Amino acid sequence: MFLGIDIGSSSSKVAIVDENKNVVAAKVVNMGTGTNGADVAMQAALDEAGITLEDVKYIVATGYGRLKFDKADVQITEISCHAKGVQTLVPDADTIIDIGGQDAKVIRLAGGQVENFIMNEKCAAGTGRFLEVMSRVLNTDLKDLSALADQSTKALAISSVCTVFAESEVISSLAAGEALADVARGANFAIAKRVAGMCKRVGTGKKIVMTGGVALNDNMVRSMAAELGQEVTAVPHCQVVGAIGAAIFAHEKYHK
Amino acid sequence: MSKTSKELLNELVAKHYEDAAQAKKDGKLVAWATSICPQELLEAMDITVVYPENHAAAIAARKHSQEFLDQSEGCGYSIDICSYARVNMGYKDIQYSEAANIPMPDMVFCCNNICTTVAKWYENLATELNIPFILIDTPFNHIYDAPAHNIEYMRNQIEHAIHQIEEICGRPYDYERLTEVMKISNETAYWWRRACFTAQAMPSPLSGFDMFNYMALVVCIRGKKEGRDLFKLWCEELEAKAAEGKGPWKEGEEEKYRVIWDGIACWANLSPTYKILKKYGINVVTSLYPDAWTILYETNDIEGMAKAYTYYHANRNVDYVAATKSQRVKDFNVDGVIFHSNRSCKLMDFTIYEQQRRITAETGVPTVVFDGDMTDPRIFSEAQYETRIQALVEMMEENKKKKAQEGK
Ligand code: SF4
Repeated sequence: MFLGIDIGSSSSKVAIVDENKNVVAAKVVNMGTGTNGADVAMQAALDEAGITLEDVKYIVATGYGRLKFDKADVQITEISCHAKGVQTLVPDADTIIDIGGQDAKVIRLAGGQVENFIMNEKCAAGTGRFLEVMSRVLNTDLKDLSALADQSTKALAISSVCTVFAESEVISSLAAGEALADVARGANFAIAKRVAGMCKRVGTGKKIVMTGGVALNDNMVRSMAAELGQEVTAVPHCQVVGAIGAAIFAHEKYHK
Repeated sequence: MSKTSKELLNELVAKHYEDAAQAKKDGKLVAWATSICPQELLEAMDITVVYPENHAAAIAARKHSQEFLDQSEGCGYSIDICSYARVNMGYKDIQYSEAANIPMPDMVFCCNNICTTVAKWYENLATELNIPFILIDTPFNHIYDAPAHNIEYMRNQIEHAIHQIEEICGRPYDYERLTEVMKISNETAYWWRRACFTAQAMPSPLSGFDMFNYMALVVCIRGKKEGRDLFKLWCEELEAKAAEGKGPWKEGEEEKYRVIWDGIACWANLSPTYKILKKYGINVVTSLYPDAWTILYETNDIEGMAKAYTYYHANRNVDYVAATKSQRVKDFNVDGVIFHSNRSCKLMDFTIYEQQRRITAETGVPTVVFDGDMTDPRIFSEAQYETRIQALVEMMEENKKKKAQEGK
């Protein structure tokens, strides 16, 4: 068995693949680097696969916390791991939009290899953190944000890209009587706009897919498509794509 | 035993600051000048020249820049302004740093071939300190070659500056001395470039971060004999190392990847930026700096001098810069390019994405961009830097594999 672990800023994800590269376990724990989230997620995945750590032949760590995780045989960046995961799950994809807790990136693939990528600057604009803050202001669970946005009847623009300023902007909108649903959709559009700018910098390809926790927000995926004027789909198991990629790398490294 | 160039370098840097302080005490004139200005004009009249950008870098490298940034920001200078300017504006008020000191100026001398920020920055210095402001206004080269009217415009300004200097010094211009300084400056430039180009050898005898160190000196003693001799010695050492097949680091530390570092070093974060590269076996073999001080022209040719100064790379169009970088990739056997997106330096940053696109299209090597700043320590993030560098390594590795397969 081969294990991939993706330790992000707000969650830890683990995937295990077997000799035939089939995913036999995938777990997400909402605790990121600096917590014991990595160990908890790993144990949960081992339990799901019905194995122990001794059965694992090779471990690849990725994500923001990859260098601090001492059980890994090797560390590979989330850029390569997302590319590898997507290549396995959606082989014909050539553009990946990954929005995670504290970063957003767009990766261009050519022949399955990373050709170019761009990541957000040192700033939370256009990342999952932005939506977290928004859902707090809207008093909604992050996972319900999409359903709420679906009820929107009016396009409301959030003009600030800065998370802190956007928060006060939204509070003023709500105080002015704007509907929660419209604000929720506005937040999705704000991210979509920002990330679409990044897509244009690296150039979008023919098939665009989304990974990362934010891709669970269906309304967000549709906002992204609307902004780009192109079809965008969420990769199945979007949260664990990086971990799956890492597990496949573990398989390949072991058999090299 | 004779000294190594490194020992000499440290001595000369210290001496540069000491001499400047002494000159001030002796009542000599001191000028603050921009890094790639026609310093020959001042040097020839025995004016002591110090360089605020360099000084700011020295302060930042010793982790003392924050104090000066706070001072100037407190005066209302925005964090969006170049941090060299902010450190220097702060220094103008505080006038002392544990890291390094420069004497207060009797005049400022500014050539805006490096950016437009410097013109306002120096104008403010001149106004606040109530001292003369000499400006050599250098038009940006939107087209490949500088048009004749630009060169003429510059030549006229250089001649005007000579009159201004005569007035400030109260004596006629020393053209003989100018000839001599021009000659030395050109020789220094020659050795500087030749030393930097030893990095073409595989492995490179030169570590790019060493180049940054020596660069500090080429800025300040370009017109002095000691400078020329140092760069000649350094070049000879490097050529000897290359002949023996020695790499940039200690024995056993392999140069695995050769990259171009585009932009200024992160002086305030020098150690992590260097160590992370070294951890992955990445050596910076070149940048556009080898040419930045390669100001070559015939002695006594003011027009040639004008042209040389207007051709500083950041003052030339995207076509020129992209073509030069692509050529460097080929000439230095480069595997990848690292772009420092420097919050301070808009002029250097604003073409990065286009540069990336063209270099990859022309040469096929991967590139990455990271966010940082040269003297403001608050901008750089070590984890984000490492992720980008490691991703570059992964892309360079794939490229190598592909090439090896194609070669079979
Ligand atoms: S760093 Fe850039 S903005 Fe600052 S002085 Fe140098 S060229 Fe000008």
